[in-house]
Amino acid sequence: MQGWRDLQRGMAEHGYIAGDDLAMALHIALSLERPLLLEGAAGVGKTEVARVLAALKSARLIRLQCYEGLDAAQAIYEWNYPRQLLAIRAAAEGGETGPGVEARIFSDEYLLERPLLQAIRQTEPPVLLIDEIDRADEEFEAYLLEILSDFQISIPELGTITATTRPMVILTANGTRDLSDALRRRCIYAHVDYPERDAELAILHARAAQIETQLARQIIAFVQALRREDLEKTPGIAETLDFAAALAGLGINDLTDDPTALQAALATLLKTQTDRANITTEVAQRLAGRAA
Amino acid sequence: MSRVTRFAARDPGPAARVAGFIAHLRGNGLRLGVGETETALAALTHITACDADETRRALKSVCAGNAEESARFDDLFDSYWLNAGRVRERSAPDRHKNADHSRNTRAAIGESSSARGQIHAPDDGAGAANGDGTGQLIASRSTSLMQHDMRKLVSPQDIAQAESIARRLAQAIADRRSRRRRAARRGDRLHFRRLIRQSLSTGGEPLRLPRKRRPDRTARITALCDVSGSMTIYARIFLAFLAGLIRADDATEAWLFQTRLVHISDALRDPDPLRALNRLTLLAEGFGGGSKIGASLDRFVRGPARQSVNSRSVVLILSDGYDTDPPEILADALVRLHRRGCRIVWLNPLKGWKDYAPITAAMAAALPHLDLFAAATTLADLAALAPELEHL
Repeated sequence: MQGWRDLQRGMAEHGYIAGDDLAMALHIALSLERPLLLEGAAGVGKTEVARVLAALKSARLIRLQCYEGLDAAQAIYEWNYPRQLLAIRAAAEGGETGPGVEARIFSDEYLLERPLLQAIRQTEPPVLLIDEIDRADEEFEAYLLEILSDFQISIPELGTITATTRPMVILTANGTRDLSDALRRRCIYAHVDYPERDAELAILHARAAQIETQLARQIIAFVQALRREDLEKTPGIAETLDFAAALAGLGINDLTDDPTALQAALATLLKTQTDRANITTEVAQRLAGRAA
Repeated sequence: MSRVTRFAARDPGPAARVAGFIAHLRGNGLRLGVGETETALAALTHITACDADETRRALKSVCAGNAEESARFDDLFDSYWLNAGRVRERSAPDRHKNADHSRNTRAAIGESSSARGQIHAPDDGAGAANGDGTGQLIASRSTSLMQHDMRKLVSPQDIAQAESIARRLAQAIADRRSRRRRAARRGDRLHFRRLIRQSLSTGGEPLRLPRKRRPDRTARITALCDVSGSMTIYARIFLAFLAGLIRADDATEAWLFQTRLVHISDALRDPDPLRALNRLTLLAEGFGGGSKIGASLDRFVRGPARQSVNSRSVVLILSDGYDTDPPEILADALVRLHRRGCRIVWLNPLKGWKDYAPITAAMAAALPHLDLFAAATTLADLAALAPELEHL
């Protein structure tokens, strides 16, 4: 059985170079129908995994972006109140009363599906991406646990809705707070790290094929060297791709050619004032010189 | 490639070996249950289980639960499965052996929790006063066995005064607005769900407009008090303050630490203040020695903090910052503590001194991770903290 190699290859065809650990974790999660928890620094491609998986399985991607204060009404379902009110008024004018109206306004038609409910009511198994779960607060995490363990949601007015198909669930976190052990236990876990030189080169090649091999090599060496510097915000892969695109846009063919242009392109890699101040033209040139 | 471990012939088979592996991980501090063993076995059916590398990756994705465990996993895997052809006697370690193995992780947690409110020795009421008082200088061991009598340090009157101050502080901290909304008589938004429901009884005419607003959430206070030798002179104030804090609110928890970590909330909650002090005296046996702030905090973060500290917590650390541990341990523990989403307040009695600067290595290492660093030498100082805590 080489299922996970196939998966890795398939993802590569869709432009995602997954490490062995990640590919295996994803394979296990898919085979066991368990949610996959991806942890790692910002910009290492956690969210992208879900997008590529959806493309690979030709499944629908349903995304739930978590934030503090996210509650059931935003994540699961909500009644369409204005429509319900209108329906009640209309019914009253038409002389309709009682249980008939009630049954009607608490029917599917008046239900606004939010991502979680949407995910379990699909006919084809979708990819459910629960992004930045650590931003949501603990109450929500507890609620999520219930849904992730038996994939059913109870709506008092409608009854319990059980999943017709099991969605492929991917959760991402980048350490805003520690997740509960209960949630970690439910999930298959993979830690996504900054890629090695070769892997990053492959990613750059897959995503920005127009960049020449020589320049691509330089870019990756430069970014890898930059990651070793003492930075507040270490650039991720997304930043590397932006950087490459910026260089291509500026028409640079060699990093050491034009110090001012390189410094300008650094805006795509360094995202805080302190980092900008620390990586002066001289430092950038030194790193670029070593990379060349 | 290292050679695979040979298992004893009488070993019951692969399932038991995987169970043994999970037990091995558990012995090394990973929190895994029977469910994980099942998942691990199920995962192995989906890969080529004979390939050591594949097995490693598959088991890693199932068993590791965070970045740190993920990094440690490879070594643990090697030590169990790739033990250079050595014979492993029994794949499932017996209970006794396991307990021995886990001394540094689980046992340590157990140690602090087993100390909860237990009385180790009868109180003879004499305590430290038994010393001969000749003022000899003797070499200090890291754990002093001298027993401090807390009743000499704290009087019930102190507690009563501290209680009122603590209550005020608790109130100042407690007022946190939630981001969620709840039904409330006077709220800033309409509660639509309720509105529809109620309007049904009036023929769809929304006569009453129920509202919702953001409720106040109570913050939980967790106090950690340093009772090492250098802190003895402040112990009176701080213990009274802790007692007040604990008695003011049921959700508050408190620990004492110097080289050990002792949970004292239950003892201090005793309805009779005098008896509470007696119990505290027994718990604090051996206090007054050198301090290991870093190690104690680290133990706290890995153990009790998991249950008692969350994003609504405020952790109060009462210490002078004289630590015998390397400062990195302290900084690391504080970073981990912060990751639980709590706010950290460090009250340092020395800060009240003129020209005090936090230059001790431990204090300097801790400073960037604190939400508030304030002076606290007397009860009046503590009372003056209320407005600052409100803005935390």
